[in-house]
Amino acid sequence: QVENVRLLDRLSSRRAVLGTLYLTATHVIFVENGSETRKETWVLHSQISSIEKQATTANGCPLLIRCKNFQVIQLVIPQERDCHDIYISLIRLARPVKYEELYCFSFNPKLDKEEREQGWKLVNLNEEYNRMGVPNNYWQISDVNRDYGVCDSYPTEVYVPKSATAHIIVGSSKFRSRRRFPALSYYCKGNNASICRSSQPLSGFSARCLEDEQMLQAIRKANPGSDFIYVVDTRPKLNAMANRAAGKGYENEDNYSNIKFQFIGIENIHVMRNSLQKMLEVCELKSPSMSDFLWGLENSGWLKHIKAIMDAGIFIAKAVAEEGVSVLVHCSDGWDRTAQVCSVASLLLDPYYRTMKGFMVLIEKDWVSFGHKFNHRYGNLDGDPKEISPVIDQFIECVWQLMEQFPCAFEFNERFLIHIQHHIYSCQFGNFLCNSQKERRELKIKERTYSLWAHLWKNRADYLNPLYRSDHSQTQGTLHPQIAPCNFLYKFWSGMYNRFEKGLHPRQSVTDYLMAVKEETQQLEEELEVLQERLANLQKSQSGDNKVKSKQQDRSKEFGLYTSNNSLANTPQEYSNDLKSFPSRSPSQGDEEDSALILTQDNLKSSDPDLSANSDQESGVEDLSCRSPSGGGCLPSEDSGKDSDEAVFLAG
Amino acid sequence: MLRSSQPLTGPNRRRCREDEKLLGTILDEGERGFIIDTRSAQAAKQARMSGGGTEPKSSYPQWRRLHRPLERGRPLQESFIKLVEACTDPSLSMDRWLSRLESSRWLGHVKAALSTACLAAQCLDREDSSVLVHGAEGTDTTLLVTALAQVILDPSCRTLEGFQGLLEREWIQAGHPFHLRCARSASSHARGKQEAPLFLLFLDCVWQLSRQFPFSLEFGEQLLLTLFDNAYASAYGTFLCNNEKERSLCKVKESTHSLWAWLNQPEEKQKYLNPLYSHNPLVIWPSVEPQSIQLWQGLFLRWIRPSQYLDEAWVEIQRLVEEN
Repeated sequence: QVENVRLLDRLSSRRAVLGTLYLTATHVIFVENGSETRKETWVLHSQISSIEKQATTANGCPLLIRCKNFQVIQLVIPQERDCHDIYISLIRLARPVKYEELYCFSFNPKLDKEEREQGWKLVNLNEEYNRMGVPNNYWQISDVNRDYGVCDSYPTEVYVPKSATAHIIVGSSKFRSRRRFPALSYYCKGNNASICRSSQPLSGFSARCLEDEQMLQAIRKANPGSDFIYVVDTRPKLNAMANRAAGKGYENEDNYSNIKFQFIGIENIHVMRNSLQKMLEVCELKSPSMSDFLWGLENSGWLKHIKAIMDAGIFIAKAVAEEGVSVLVHCSDGWDRTAQVCSVASLLLDPYYRTMKGFMVLIEKDWVSFGHKFNHRYGNLDGDPKEISPVIDQFIECVWQLMEQFPCAFEFNERFLIHIQHHIYSCQFGNFLCNSQKERRELKIKERTYSLWAHLWKNRADYLNPLYRSDHSQTQGTLHPQIAPCNFLYKFWSGMYNRFEKGLHPRQSVTDYLMAVKEETQQLEEELEVLQERLANLQKSQSGDNKVKSKQQDRSKEFGLYTSNNSLANTPQEYSNDLKSFPSRSPSQGDEEDSALILTQDNLKSSDPDLSANSDQESGVEDLSCRSPSGGGCLPSEDSGKDSDEAVFLAG
Repeated sequence: MLRSSQPLTGPNRRRCREDEKLLGTILDEGERGFIIDTRSAQAAKQARMSGGGTEPKSSYPQWRRLHRPLERGRPLQESFIKLVEACTDPSLSMDRWLSRLESSRWLGHVKAALSTACLAAQCLDREDSSVLVHGAEGTDTTLLVTALAQVILDPSCRTLEGFQGLLEREWIQAGHPFHLRCARSASSHARGKQEAPLFLLFLDCVWQLSRQFPFSLEFGEQLLLTLFDNAYASAYGTFLCNNEKERSLCKVKESTHSLWAWLNQPEEKQKYLNPLYSHNPLVIWPSVEPQSIQLWQGLFLRWIRPSQYLDEAWVEIQRLVEEN
């Protein structure tokens, strides 16, 4: 516990708040000193990406905490010694060595054992494959991997073509990187086309494998409507070719009968990690000009990568839906780009995945069950920094980009995506731990932690998209994003990367307002029904003894809640500091001009009520506190009290 | 808030008692006012050589001058053309899209215009000070700032009727030379010297406000698009000529129909209303961070990207609100 710590606002160094900093076993907590609000900012250790101790100034020792959910916290600690202690502690706390140290093993939402179990059963992949239409005449379940004996990063149950015998599967797995043999990701009932996924073949320059070739043939045969399949390698051609020197590579059209091979270049995890890094640097610029921002964004290449993933998904969706041709997708190891591309394609093809439940299922299928390395990629435990990469973040952003293009097509809203991303890093729930199904079973995740899906599902009212209607034309069938020209369709996602900077976002949440309108309409309709019934009864009966209860809601107040919030005051930012993009004035004019002074503390009324009273809070906009008390509420927009029995205070 | 054109100080630092007195009447004893000059200090100084200039501090002691250079004229037109070209270039890869967008500088102009208008608004609202806005001629960037500041400050300017009144007052009657400025737009090769998209820049800024404050404007994007169209080519006389004098000489009011009359007909009006509107009595302060300023797709990509899905979304919004 350290007192008199200041929390700085990124945009305006004037808005420093004084408070006390606490370090617990699971969180960093900053509590404001202010008498009325005592606002709290909670940060999970798992979320901490990096801690930077900056040069001591007259004001104290600055400590910069960067989080994986893009929150950036700037603290100033008065004493150097305290700062150092905190720094060392945080470094240790943010880099757990054992799984047991993670929050999910101590998190207690006070549910009983059965509720916990039920939560894990919410998403059932067997049901999903059945929904798709398998097993059937062309596809069967294989338990060849039942003890993870064939491939330890695959699930125990995989779907393979009917003509793929155990022998073929095992043989093919030996010819594939990490033994990740071709398996079914998505089956299109309408035309029997399928999306299968695997890793790269160990073909080197000239190696062949009969079983692997038979496997691909089996996939082709499982679709009688087409006489060839696409094999899509999501790596840039150069990288794939380079892999050949290491004994890996890609499928040679000459060796595999009836395949059409296609490269769709998406860069590797290292390029993506750097790209995000560069983009975040742009986000951290203080008062950038429009030029700085656009240059920085382009220089990071981030949106280019997002588009590349989307283009790949579009290609595959088209092949399946329009050409009726099956596709085998792979990258190097088949757990990063392959996962991204398969899930984007599925989302475009099948409206089920655009529902809330369907989306959870999609992530369970293509990411969780197929062995995406959550631990390595998102740093659950301290590991190799070169394994870290924003792979699923990119997929989530693709979904957001699609939501912006097709506002009526998704049952869920932006907040749903943001919260999922948050929890992939938070380790508060057990869904995204470890690197494979095998590891999770060994750790008994389902018996010892809770499922995020159950939590989100319970709060689904917060995550609905008011514009979604299952009978709307946008929600039917395949989505067709415009292919070219389309560069301008990719926007910078400030809701995610500037999530905690309230001043940047539209002050008023249209989503929340429309949800309230929708709910209110529904209530009114129900009330109307009840009243009509009552009227009918009154007309029928003689005595006025009717006790039909109608829902007494204070309608005007509820609705007024949203309309009056629209007119909450918001505060002006500093408009005066963008002098960079204008020709600089010569020094001789200093006496005639005062632009730098105009809006500094001296000139403005000294106590601007809006600045201190935090009147920026409005419906739908999250505040800085990022807390996780017991009872399931764990994110900014949820209203809950502090959980005192969870916090263990460290002395000092 | 006042507007004017530049004082004709000239190279010999002329004074004009009447002008000083006029400005003096605005402020009380001891009060301070701000002059927002939409030219850079450099440009304003150079203007003296051709007879113009700035208000010297000695003659206008109660007024503090601020320079907020806003682009106008030829460079603004170039910016507009570059942006349109970037949007319509089919060969442009994602690699280069953002730098093309950046090199047009259009969004930078939007940011500058909004910032300056906010500054003017801040002087009035937060400082309780009067503001005088002028550039060179007082017909371009001046009007941009004063009109935008009113949308920010005054809820009545955000109603459909109020906004039309604002346009009449601050653009049309104030003498923005529409005939010269809105001659050929971006695609024409005949590059008129007087052509400049100030009015479009204003509409873009208003669109940015509507995006940041979706409940606070009574009108929607469709109105802004219609105004853009009519400024360049119209069946109505509202945007004709360059000023009231010309309109009077051409007998515009006698021989043409008013755009406002048409827009305000009940069946037409419906198209322009914002279903989310709810009266907001407060000042709306926009964020001018780069992330908050977006490309106005509805205008610049109007013919390039299908608006079907977004239109459907608006229909849905309308339906939800009406059902209630």
